[in-house]
Amino acid sequence: MTAGDLHLQSLTQLARGLGEGDFTSVELTRALLDRIAAHGAELNAFITVTADAALQAAERADALRNNGEKGVLNGLPLVHKDIFCTRGVLTTCGSRMLEDFVSPYDATVVERLASAGAVMLGKSNMDEFAMGSSNETSYFGPVKNPWDLERSPGGSSGGSSASVAARLTPAATGTDTGGSIRQPAALTGTTGLKPTYGRVSRYGMIAFASSLDQAGVITRSAEDAALLLGVMAGFDERDSTSIDHPVPDYVAGLGESLKGLRVGVVKQHFDEGLDETTGNAVREALAVMESQGAILTEVDMPDLDLSVPTYYVVAPAECSSNLSRFDGVRFGHRAEDPEDLLDLYCRSRSEGFGAEVKRRIMTGTYVLSAGYYDAYYLKAQQVRHLIADDFKKAFEEVDVIAGPTSPTPAFKLGDKIDDPITMYLSDIYTIGANLAGLPGISVPCGFASDLPVGLHLVGPHFGEPEILRAAHQYQLQTDWHTRCPEGYE
Amino acid sequence: MLARLRVADEDSAETVDKLSRIVDFVDQLSQADTEGVVPMAHPLHATQRLRADVVTESDHRDDYQQNAPAVSEGLYLVPKVIE
Repeated sequence: MTAGDLHLQSLTQLARGLGEGDFTSVELTRALLDRIAAHGAELNAFITVTADAALQAAERADALRNNGEKGVLNGLPLVHKDIFCTRGVLTTCGSRMLEDFVSPYDATVVERLASAGAVMLGKSNMDEFAMGSSNETSYFGPVKNPWDLERSPGGSSGGSSASVAARLTPAATGTDTGGSIRQPAALTGTTGLKPTYGRVSRYGMIAFASSLDQAGVITRSAEDAALLLGVMAGFDERDSTSIDHPVPDYVAGLGESLKGLRVGVVKQHFDEGLDETTGNAVREALAVMESQGAILTEVDMPDLDLSVPTYYVVAPAECSSNLSRFDGVRFGHRAEDPEDLLDLYCRSRSEGFGAEVKRRIMTGTYVLSAGYYDAYYLKAQQVRHLIADDFKKAFEEVDVIAGPTSPTPAFKLGDKIDDPITMYLSDIYTIGANLAGLPGISVPCGFASDLPVGLHLVGPHFGEPEILRAAHQYQLQTDWHTRCPEGYE
Repeated sequence: MLARLRVADEDSAETVDKLSRIVDFVDQLSQADTEGVVPMAHPLHATQRLRADVVTESDHRDDYQQNAPAVSEGLYLVPKVIE
């Protein structure tokens, strides 16, 4: 490899190259910053580029390496979704509400990655407060998909998926409440991992729906995701829902073959809602896993059909509560010349939030209101239990559950934004894992109409080693994850 | 006024239409038989962790107030509430 194609290398390859002295972190960081300068604007993938801070961090990493002290990610560049608080750096969450918000502290995810030596290149664009599946709800405008600039890169972690796909960064963080890491990964031909609920700290990650939100990564390969998860995962007393569970060596477990791995294929995931070519690509991927020794069995999950309506009660309810903190008083947008306190609250919120965020807050307050609470919120929590039980039963028979990540490949910007229900249904295959708190990963598995398709693998609670290993073994056998969109080689 | 949000008159028809579609959509839940099912509040059924009642935070008021739209002498300013 020459310095000219550093952007094409995976995180794992870059770590090796840095370790062997083939190039320095400063050279690598400069090369990627140049690419961001060249392509960032056409994709609208970044809200903030932290070029100076990145070069300083890269210099420190190079100095540390020369002294023989280094973290596992020493000198490796990455991008943070703009939902993670970054000390001294603009943190907008894709909203006008936080247009000028400079975080006074670092999220635990940011802190851990930085301590391991990672170099932050910038903050990626996203749907406003992570509420969206296309990146079109961002106050900073939609992100474009590098596979076709007229199409969406998915959402809400669309800036992260587009920048990894376009080889502007080897990796990016993301968050996933209903599919916001896995769906954009599928739509851009990248690998997206959402860990078990509570596996990675939510501290400093701006809250959307607290019983569903989980931080993860978008990378070029499962191996890279394993490398990053090992640094990000672990107990954090600052997050009250963080789970105290040992963190295994995710990279060490990747080598085991698929022989004997029991893969459940959900009957309900191959229904009429699935685009035919997408379905074919996923079936072929399953056949590849079978040829590698996996044992496929069909699993029935009858309550999964209700996962999207369940989600659209639970998530808005939690969001209406979480977003009540934005009142124009302590931080965030404040309306000018308020008549009184109520006017300050109402106008600050009405001006600061976009249409989708307002709809979800209003839906949330409605389903939580007296007289509707039992019919909607309580009912949804009961159905959530049924869905979680479906998964529990399935995992008595199988080790991982496989299917499509998204019902269609990347759709055109503008196609779904006027119909909230159609947009919500683009997360139909991913939402179940959030409701049940399970880990999931999307890996590239082919193309439909020249657009990438994702294979979705879900594991039991803390089953990251199983899904990472399955994804890695599949990626050893296939090269879909190495395909690069034209013009970004 | 619900949720301290105002909808402009010209947007109200569209807002009502979209919210009605969302409510109709989630109404599907009423078909599910949930007799005797315990509502699920946490995906891993974890309960809230408790800790000793000791001070763990240090004072960052000046830092935090950098982001406040209006402050004076360490206080957050709002329009007059009491006449």
